[in-house]
Amino acid sequence: MTGYLITIGLETHVQLRTATKMFCGCSLAFGAEPNTNVCPVCLGYPGALPVMNREAVRLTVVSGLMLGCEISRRSTFDRKNYFYPDMSKDYQISQNGSPLCVGGSVRIETAAGAKRVRINHIHLEEDAAKINHYARFSGVDFNRCGTPLMEIVSEPDLASPDEAMAYLQALKQILLYAGVSDCNLEEGNLRSDVNVSVRPIGQERLGTKVEIKNMNTFKGIYAALEYEIARQLATVTRGGLIVQETRRWDPELGETQPMRSKENAHDYRYFPEPDLVPVELEEAQVEAWRAALPELPAVRRGRMAEAYGIPDYDAAVLADAKENADFFEAAARACEPRLGKTVSNWFMTEVMRLLSESGLTISQSALTPSALAELVTLLDTRVINGPTAKELLPELFRAGGLPSALVAARGLGQVSDADALAALVQQVLSENGKSVADYRAGKRAAAGFLVGQVMKLSKGKADPQVVGRLVAERLAGAS
Amino acid sequence: MSDTIDVAYVAELARLELTPDEHRLFQQQLELIVRYVDKIGELDVSGIEPTMHGQAVVNVFREDVVLPSCDRERVLGNAPERNGYEFRLPKIVEDA
Ligand SMILES: [Zn+2]
Repeated sequence: MTGYLITIGLETHVQLRTATKMFCGCSLAFGAEPNTNVCPVCLGYPGALPVMNREAVRLTVVSGLMLGCEISRRSTFDRKNYFYPDMSKDYQISQNGSPLCVGGSVRIETAAGAKRVRINHIHLEEDAAKINHYARFSGVDFNRCGTPLMEIVSEPDLASPDEAMAYLQALKQILLYAGVSDCNLEEGNLRSDVNVSVRPIGQERLGTKVEIKNMNTFKGIYAALEYEIARQLATVTRGGLIVQETRRWDPELGETQPMRSKENAHDYRYFPEPDLVPVELEEAQVEAWRAALPELPAVRRGRMAEAYGIPDYDAAVLADAKENADFFEAAARACEPRLGKTVSNWFMTEVMRLLSESGLTISQSALTPSALAELVTLLDTRVINGPTAKELLPELFRAGGLPSALVAARGLGQVSDADALAALVQQVLSENGKSVADYRAGKRAAAGFLVGQVMKLSKGKADPQVVGRLVAERLAGAS
Repeated sequence: MSDTIDVAYVAELARLELTPDEHRLFQQQLELIVRYVDKIGELDVSGIEPTMHGQAVVNVFREDVVLPSCDRERVLGNAPERNGYEFRLPKIVEDA
């Protein structure tokens, strides 16, 4: 709708990749039986004392560094008080006043070009327990309670559901590159609450914002935003007022609904957590982490295009997943430099087809970078031909090994020797007198048929280029 | 009685139901405590970092190593009611 501006901000909760919970040694293994990974700390027993997981702090700071945040030298924790049975101690340990990371941004591509979405801050907190709702009662499983979550709060810099998607995709890619989270949406590793408002063009002040919760997928977030924006625009164009509230996305009905809310529900009475001492980060420690950061995906795309002579499109596809980019680079480095584009072609067509057919990731497959490099090199040096290479790849993907070993063991080497091939050419020409006559009568396509027959006779091992040249010579020469 | 503390509101946030007598009693007692803390306002504390702890200790961490959790039957033994391996609660309405 024209005449209105849309403003969206996201609060994204990311489960950190730690083995244990935020404040106790209970395991975070996914899919455990209900209430098996629990202890007095994460069950919220009075008197149980939390002790901070060092790794959770490191992963949050690494995330902040990847996003260009300012890292707080001193950071403290607070109690956020509320009554709900997903947190039996009646408060969540979070960071209110001094989060670990401040500022930063995520670069996104939009229809109108590149754009920086500012990050307000990243803080560290604990997740709540899982409540299952039944017809006549509810049940609580505390396995998830105390999981380290970092909350990445964006500024309201997003102007459409498409931009929100671009932001989430870019954020997820950066977090995967950083190795700080598995970002597995099915396991709830990445959840976003969304704030959205509309205002007439020309109005400085932001419109009344509505918060939407309960989206488990990126698709859900997109659908919820589309619905909510349409609802708000319909309201304001009718002359109605938007109420500041929290709404819940109902994926079945495809609509947002107001959540029941007490008047004082948002008065959390934050106060400093007396059971946790401040975190102070040494400059040298932060700089050591900074020095060990992986490249940002956008930087890597540019570098790969340049270093391996591949198009930007290839670089973007390959860099989409860090492990694909790592694999490609290892394979390309093992080949002659001019073969970068060939390696890219093989990865993007044949290897990616095998990945999607098998549902595996490249590290789950048996294919190694050196095997792909060798395959491309054998092809380039014409030891094997294209059809043989295509035949070998699925086997290397399934069972591993090196193509040179398979070629040697099965005698798959391409025959390029003209003398050896001349006999086959002679045989085919004498057995296919009609095609030879057709060719000489002007049917040029007959030559292709004859080359095919020679290939067949060689069981696919003949070098098609040499065969093509020999057949052409013989057809042009005397009968 | 001044109004430096809203006892009714605090009681509501804490889910406490107070009788009028209790309300008056707590109002007086809490006013005293607030006034006691107000004394700090008489001092010039600008430039002094607030302390949240009695000791100047920082960076108390544990390593990310799994420790044994509690026995589930003992844990659920403390539950007033259970549903299989879950803590059973009255039906909950989602809250914002
Ligand atoms: Zn625990």
